[in-house]
Amino acid sequence: MTYIPISPKERDAMLATIGVKTLDDLFKDVPAKHRFPKLDLPPALTEMEAAAELADIAASNENVRGDLISFLGAGAYNHYIPSVVDHILRRGEFYTAYTPYQPEISQGTLQAIFEYQSLMAALTGMEVSNASHYDGATAAAEAVNMAWAQFRGKRKKVVISPTVHPQYRAVIRTYTQGMELELAGDDGNADLDSSPEELKSLIDDNTMIVIVQYPDFFGRIYDYTKLIEAAHSKGAMACVVANPTALALLKTPGEMDADIVVGDGQPLGIPMWFGGPTLGFFTTKKSFVHKMAGRLVGETVDSRGQRAYVLTLTAREQHIKRERATSNICTNEGLLALGSAVYMSVLGKSGMKQVAELCYHKAHYAAEQLSKIEDMGLCFTEPFFHEFALCVNQPAEEVNAHLLEHGIIGGYALGDDYPALKNHLLIAVTEMNTKEEIDTLVDVLSEASHD
Amino acid sequence: MISPTENVTLRQAQGDAPKIVEPTIFDLSSPGRIGVSFPEPDVPRAELPKSMLRADLPLPELAEVDVVRHYMHLSKFNYSVDGGFYPLGSCTMKYNPKIDEDTCRLPGFLFTHPLQPIETVQGNLALMYELQEWLKEISGFSAVTLQPAAGAHGEFTGVLIMRAYHKSRGDAKRIKMLIPDSAHGTNPASAGMMGLQVVQIPSDARGNVDLKALKAQCDDTVLGMMLTNPNTVGMFDEHIEEVCKIIHDCGGLMYGDGANLNALLGIVRPAEIGFDVMHFNLHKTFAVPHGGGGPGSGPVGVAARLADFLPEPLVGILEEGDDETPPLFGFIKPAKSIGRMKAFHGHFGGGFVRAFTYIAMHGPDGLKDVSQYAVLNANYLLARLRNTYRVPFDRICMHEFVAEGQFEGSDVRALDIAKRLMDYNFHPPTNYFPLIVHEALMIEPTETENKDTLDAFADALIKIAEESKTQPALLHNAPSTTQFGRMDEVKAARDLVLCCWLPEDYEEHR
Amino acid sequence: MNAPSNLKYTKSDEWFDPSSGAMGLSDYAQSQLSDIVFVEILVDAGDTVEVGSPIASVESVKASAEIYASATGKVAAVNKALSEKPETLNSDPYGAGWMVKVEGGDPGDAMDSAAYEKYCAERTH
Repeated sequence: MTYIPISPKERDAMLATIGVKTLDDLFKDVPAKHRFPKLDLPPALTEMEAAAELADIAASNENVRGDLISFLGAGAYNHYIPSVVDHILRRGEFYTAYTPYQPEISQGTLQAIFEYQSLMAALTGMEVSNASHYDGATAAAEAVNMAWAQFRGKRKKVVISPTVHPQYRAVIRTYTQGMELELAGDDGNADLDSSPEELKSLIDDNTMIVIVQYPDFFGRIYDYTKLIEAAHSKGAMACVVANPTALALLKTPGEMDADIVVGDGQPLGIPMWFGGPTLGFFTTKKSFVHKMAGRLVGETVDSRGQRAYVLTLTAREQHIKRERATSNICTNEGLLALGSAVYMSVLGKSGMKQVAELCYHKAHYAAEQLSKIEDMGLCFTEPFFHEFALCVNQPAEEVNAHLLEHGIIGGYALGDDYPALKNHLLIAVTEMNTKEEIDTLVDVLSEASHD
Repeated sequence: MISPTENVTLRQAQGDAPKIVEPTIFDLSSPGRIGVSFPEPDVPRAELPKSMLRADLPLPELAEVDVVRHYMHLSKFNYSVDGGFYPLGSCTMKYNPKIDEDTCRLPGFLFTHPLQPIETVQGNLALMYELQEWLKEISGFSAVTLQPAAGAHGEFTGVLIMRAYHKSRGDAKRIKMLIPDSAHGTNPASAGMMGLQVVQIPSDARGNVDLKALKAQCDDTVLGMMLTNPNTVGMFDEHIEEVCKIIHDCGGLMYGDGANLNALLGIVRPAEIGFDVMHFNLHKTFAVPHGGGGPGSGPVGVAARLADFLPEPLVGILEEGDDETPPLFGFIKPAKSIGRMKAFHGHFGGGFVRAFTYIAMHGPDGLKDVSQYAVLNANYLLARLRNTYRVPFDRICMHEFVAEGQFEGSDVRALDIAKRLMDYNFHPPTNYFPLIVHEALMIEPTETENKDTLDAFADALIKIAEESKTQPALLHNAPSTTQFGRMDEVKAARDLVLCCWLPEDYEEHR
Repeated sequence: MNAPSNLKYTKSDEWFDPSSGAMGLSDYAQSQLSDIVFVEILVDAGDTVEVGSPIASVESVKASAEIYASATGKVAAVNKALSEKPETLNSDPYGAGWMVKVEGGDPGDAMDSAAYEKYCAERTH
């Protein structure tokens, strides 16, 4: 089955116009001994067969909307997505369009991205947002790239809290391989009880950027104002990796004077989809906009005096600046940025706050109930948002295996990333978890603790 | 010193407030409107951390119908593949099959968490494993990672792998990346991100890599070469095997930019002609929709000697299956991995499921048809246009070709032609790329267009060439039939209005 | 195109004023770049620059360019006002559009205005 709309007769007429006899004649520049390899792939399926096969594959998974109860978070969250979001995304005018390089016939995408930027700036409390990066981890790595560009490579140290998502730290390590940087604080064996202000001791005149997470990987809520002040006093920049759901409720990183706020937009109306695609948001202060990587939409007027939007400051980007660009990034996650804009628009001021509060209340109910179980308890005492580290006093993997037998995906086992926490689970609770589900988790864990 | 300019400077008379065609979502907001409600909590309310609460959440307030109408209005301002012909060179704007939209939204895919126990996501892992195998078979590479998020991300991955390979052999002096002058901007930018020295290699008169210039740069400081083949003027390099050999002989590695893979399915395997690394663009070649600028998906294939350096994790078989039980799929970490390129496992839902569906439906013969008809369509358009537009590299092309958008004795430019095409309801070709052709119009029709569409497009371009002589103003002022005219790009860059907000008197303003 | 005869010029389109030690971007270059929207001076007073070393980065609506020193010497002053009004480079490239001033600047084998005008004319055809 192909989607080629050309009949044999039309094909022959076209070949005649070109002046060759067969389709194969078009490939004489290809070395003969390698030309037309036989591909060992399964035979073609019709649409009916493909639909059935894909349905089978999908059904062989156990999903968290019906098959399993889930308390997994750690960077991907099970939130309700209003129906309207996907209805908009399914419009061919949006999803089958290209990057809006021709603004006269791309105002739909351009205005939607402009609105996404505005919504994201409002949510994070910052002045500007770009059109998005690949995901939260790569957005954090782009923050390091931006700091590198800002200091033109003259500062070589990144201070990063060990409670930034372990995979985000891993991506930063990968991205910066060619820069010969020092990554201070990037250590899963660090004292996780210490206050973020102890990172101050790592900040010096060689530090280009300080990176913290909000709420941190363990769900804890800290006010980073003083740490950011300390970074600024050494001339360094400060980046906050934030959870966007939490930002609907909490003091913004902008209020803490962060220079960059990044994070993953998945909680804003993007399905978990086994981890991707999502989007990475990136917001900053206006003074840094020329160093920011990624596409950017700005307002202007057209030749008829109408308000309109264009991709602007494009000379910063790789297609013009080539090897001198801050980053090689070309795409943004356009369709998902649109999805997030629709999500934030339709939830609005009240809906966004309601979701954040539901997560907060349910997570606190779960934490309270779980910490009543004998031998179990919360690992940390700081205020938290919708995730918390639970000490289960036995290897977390064993506890999870037991939970799975009862149809529950427990939390994220922390031992691989934080060796001291091998008996700890990171539990996430969202508006999707009912009281009944939480009570079931508590019941099954109580049994486990008595085994 | 200077990158190309489109010479579009268009200033709007100052003073008048612009006309608003569609208000922003903030303009439309009215205090107290509700779009979505959520249930009251079924648990006791916990005390909120007062000192850490935000004072205000300045987001819009709208009903669902307001939101739907708004985005519906916006969608109508977009040109799209569903709406018409989109011959953007190097972008492969082919038709996106509708079934892919259904398969990627199956609940088993949508609602699986990336960190679920592998026993519960064997379907996802099997699909990823199979897709890795299929991409290997199509390209001839020994191993494939699906992790990179887009083409440029795949390039960065590939360059990291090349660098790690040399480093692991104790060969640290390789700092030069050779890149043809016709390359996509992402190529030098990817090398630049690694701190490598980018050396530009010119093209010869037939659009091939200039072998003499190439040899002159080859020494033991060459890390490798990044090459698009077919190249960005749509030509299959006539000396491709020799180019690869020259690079290999000086100890370098060949990187293939897979942007133009749509010309090669079942035609040739890039690994067999000498490439060591290549990224795939699932959003070009395998019909994953472009989404108005992403998400893309940029898997990377590598030769056997580079397999150990792939990013972690890959999908592998942890326990072999037998007649009764399927294998157990899981994640594996390559021995000398460059590390992780992004969180989790790549663009599973939006990318892998759609590409898997597409390849499964095409099969080996269907994929070969894709490339053959993509090349047929390009050559047909070339044949119809070569007498009207100058084609600097004029021989049988692959899936795209480049014409010059300028005429002797006329001040009409490629940009004017591009904009005028909008009046004929066509999306313009890529213009001003590649940089080596003056006033480039880079045309890639793809295989999913019929002869009538191609004829109508060729007719329009021929008519526009005529108009450039008889009514050049029509071109300079184009487009005139679209909702929006040309943009004041200088104003956008100088004024830098990058956000809109709720009005300051929001609470009282209605 | 305007190329004052009291100045020296580089092949990468920068000018140098031997009398004041000032350097900047030529009129030809600003017109090729078109509307300049961003300037970043990459050196500070006290730095030493050499002919060909980068002193600034410039972006227009459609292009970007690295600007190189047109003389070797010690930087005496940089034009901080430019970043606020990058369009000055378009309107007054040889006056208010100066970028860096050096002490005792040596332009090496830079072209005179006649040679530079010829060099520019060759490139436009």
